[in-house]
Amino acid sequence: MKSYETVIGLEVHVELATQTKIFCGCTTQFGGEPNTHCCPVCTGMPGTLPVLNKRVVEFAMAAGLATNCKINQKCKFDRKNYFYPDLPKAYQVSQLYLPICHDGGIEIEVNGVKKVVGIHEIHMEEDAGKLIHDPWEDCTLVDYNRCGVPLIEIVSEPDMRSAEEVISYLEKLKLILQYLGVSDCKMQEGSLRADINLSIREVGAEKFGTRTEMKNMNSFKAIARAIEGERKRQIELIEDGKQVVQETRRWDDNKDTSFAMRSKEDAQDYRYFPEPDLVPIEISDEWLHDIRSRQPELRDEKMLRYETEYDIPEYDASIITSSKRLADIFEETVAICEKPKEVSNWLMVETMRLLKETEMEPENILFSAQNLARLIGLISDGKINRTVAKEVFERVFKENIDPEDYVKVNGLTMVNDEGALRTVIENIVAGNPASVSDYRSGKEKALGFLVGQTMKEMKGKADPGLINKILKELLS
Amino acid sequence: MDLTKLTALELGKKIKDKEVSVIEATQALLEKIKQTDEDYHCYITVMEQEALARASEVQKQIDAGELSDSPLAGVPVAIKDNICTKGVKTTCASKILYNFNPPYNATVIEKLEKAGAVIIGKVNMDEFAMGSTTETSYFGVTKNPWNTAHVPGGSSGGAAAAVAAEEAFYSLGSDTGGSIRQPSSFCGVTGIKPTYGTVSRYGLVAYASSLDQIGPIARNVSDCAVVLDLISGHDTKDSTSVPRDNYQYTEALIDDVRGMKIGIPKGYLGAGLDKEVKSSILAAAKVLEEKGAVVEEFDLDAVDYAIPAYYVIASAEASSNLSRYDGIKYGYRTEDFDGLADVYKKSRSEGFGNEVKRRMMIGAFVLSSGYYDAYYNKSLKVKALIKEGFDKAFEKYDILLGPTAPSTAPKLGESLSDPLKMYLGDIYTVSVNLAGLPAISLPCGIDSKGLPIGLQLIGKHFGEKDIIRAAFSFEQSRDYKGPVNNA
Repeated sequence: MKSYETVIGLEVHVELATQTKIFCGCTTQFGGEPNTHCCPVCTGMPGTLPVLNKRVVEFAMAAGLATNCKINQKCKFDRKNYFYPDLPKAYQVSQLYLPICHDGGIEIEVNGVKKVVGIHEIHMEEDAGKLIHDPWEDCTLVDYNRCGVPLIEIVSEPDMRSAEEVISYLEKLKLILQYLGVSDCKMQEGSLRADINLSIREVGAEKFGTRTEMKNMNSFKAIARAIEGERKRQIELIEDGKQVVQETRRWDDNKDTSFAMRSKEDAQDYRYFPEPDLVPIEISDEWLHDIRSRQPELRDEKMLRYETEYDIPEYDASIITSSKRLADIFEETVAICEKPKEVSNWLMVETMRLLKETEMEPENILFSAQNLARLIGLISDGKINRTVAKEVFERVFKENIDPEDYVKVNGLTMVNDEGALRTVIENIVAGNPASVSDYRSGKEKALGFLVGQTMKEMKGKADPGLINKILKELLS
Repeated sequence: MDLTKLTALELGKKIKDKEVSVIEATQALLEKIKQTDEDYHCYITVMEQEALARASEVQKQIDAGELSDSPLAGVPVAIKDNICTKGVKTTCASKILYNFNPPYNATVIEKLEKAGAVIIGKVNMDEFAMGSTTETSYFGVTKNPWNTAHVPGGSSGGAAAAVAAEEAFYSLGSDTGGSIRQPSSFCGVTGIKPTYGTVSRYGLVAYASSLDQIGPIARNVSDCAVVLDLISGHDTKDSTSVPRDNYQYTEALIDDVRGMKIGIPKGYLGAGLDKEVKSSILAAAKVLEEKGAVVEEFDLDAVDYAIPAYYVIASAEASSNLSRYDGIKYGYRTEDFDGLADVYKKSRSEGFGNEVKRRMMIGAFVLSSGYYDAYYNKSLKVKALIKEGFDKAFEKYDILLGPTAPSTAPKLGESLSDPLKMYLGDIYTVSVNLAGLPAISLPCGIDSKGLPIGLQLIGKHFGEKDIIRAAFSFEQSRDYKGPVNNA
């Protein structure tokens, strides 16, 4: 078999985290009863007109600047015409002729090799509604809540060559957008959607092969599987002497295969033309400068700062900054308790363990910085020991409880009364003569048993160091 | 006293002076509509109950000393049926919107109601404002009150005919390619198409978004100016509405044109212009000259291409604007269908009339891939050239003068059989929309068939005051003649 190269370009749709929709004042909140987040404007009632949400332009500019794009300071909207019941105006307001950002790129790293993936353009557009099929009534219902939610579409150059590069690109993009605060990038809720354009060619060939477009992947894992599946399918076609047909395919992750949706021949003519209901957007130098100066610290800068300012290892810094939510919690907690290493440890070990156990994404972390700081405070004040702290943290992680209240209500505070502890230990020593003689005959392990027994008696609320000290005194 | 013979301002004054109550005025108008609208068919919906309830409400406000600064408080108004009225059917004279009740008011409706207007009803038009005769209405034709064998013009035919027939004191129309001016001309009344961006389009059901403007139709220039005062202004709901410094158009009601420079485009007097119309227009120019204006003929660039460019651009936008009428969410839905594509196809096939279908097909064609540059893009270039031509003319002249239409009102049934000929009838009006300029049509004579002739005055960008001043001055030279007075 010949050796083939995979060529991949991505179209990523990202829902912007504005409070209101792109052309009206309706909320963009996810969920909500069907057709409760809409008005005559976003449902395209006759005679209504769009008014552009300024924040959308600012978010698009921020995304463009963070991905090293050039900004079109004069850009405009166009109409993309097609019929579908989730599109109440029968056109989508988008940007074809003059998109807001163009010619950028971001650096990715796979197996230690760095490369730049080019960004062809970023344009602004409105989302459509959602169709829900009711199998009982055998009818299709329309929910317009999502209609008019602002999107940016980030179109990459065909610069990626493997699933690993695609995932690396998407992860980088997601982090940038989350750090900018322009999107929450939740794939499950559809706020980040990626379409894959893929073709293959013989290694060394200059011309691109015929590409297909793959839609409907809702996780990075599904994207990786879809790329692998499509790569194999195209190679098999070529090896069999057949042609790859230019078409749009729908990935079915359950069946681990894709289906042709429509071919180029029946591709629609969208009859784009300039949107006459909106005036062209003029981005002044001042406005652009203002957005540039308000760009937040992105991941790479943050990592460096954590290493130098907080003196935490590069590895820890990279884990913590791998999610905007984690980094935010880290910084907020450190600001309260001023113990960066301690905070980092709680995030690196216990938080990571619980995330894995509960199959949660870091973005969905519930607990507040205040409660983590309180927990750390309880330990450093000697109020609880580490064993109890781990137990309490689990509740903090799962329910964001206030650890101070919790420890108080459940009587978990350490007993620091040495006299009382000594009495308990004396009883333990008296009740376990075998272990005592074992220890005295040189079996160090026996001491551990006696500490354990004491801790059990104290219901975990004792300082293990203190127990050790008293035991050794009594047994010497 | 027959109240319906009063102008809007005259009635407004009588209401203010408590000589006439709002309810009396409303009742008188409703009575008149009952008597004569069977002959003319100006109205699609007469809002008898709502208007009477609203009249007593407005009277209460007036009695409480409110609305004292509104010269038209309590004066009933007729609204073209493509302007959204909350809870009142807004059909665009189309089967596809035969039952559409908007849950919101157009901005102009909000503004008029704030000024104490009583909406008397919704008036007839060409379907979706596409047509020059009001014959494409799904609800039947409107007839010209001067001679019911003739059309009232269009597309705001109902709005112009209602004013002429004294079935309305004033009305709101919309003008995309002449739809206020041409029916005003045919019905012997006065209508203003404001500069694009002067009046909010929010709630005006779009035909061609980049050209549509709402404007007043009334019996004289003063009424039109006062209505324009009320409805103009920047609207946060319409991004294409432009903030301007001064909306006091009534300030321009001055009988003085001394020194005003008036240009007559030679092309506006050339082939295709009816002789009687021509001599009437030239006589009007003479009147203004005698009053001290400087009048001369000149060559206006690029207007030859105005009609094809207009029909390409307007149809392109219409094909997109009208795609939302698909039988899914509101309006007409076919009874029998099999699947989604079939609902679309049948609802639209059955819901739209021929003229609308023709323009949607032209529009879809000129925007389709492979034809976009040859038609749509080229038309945009023509549009830019036309604008340049006017800009150049306005370096020399304060206003331009010419006919509104090449002839007086044709007979019913004459125009639809030859759409190309009908389109050519828009020759003097469409370029004004393409350039986004203000223009007024006012009566300047009557031809040998007894039909009114309209004079068109075109102003520069935001130059409404210039044309209002010239029109007002000209108007002082003659008495208003309505068809009913003649009868």
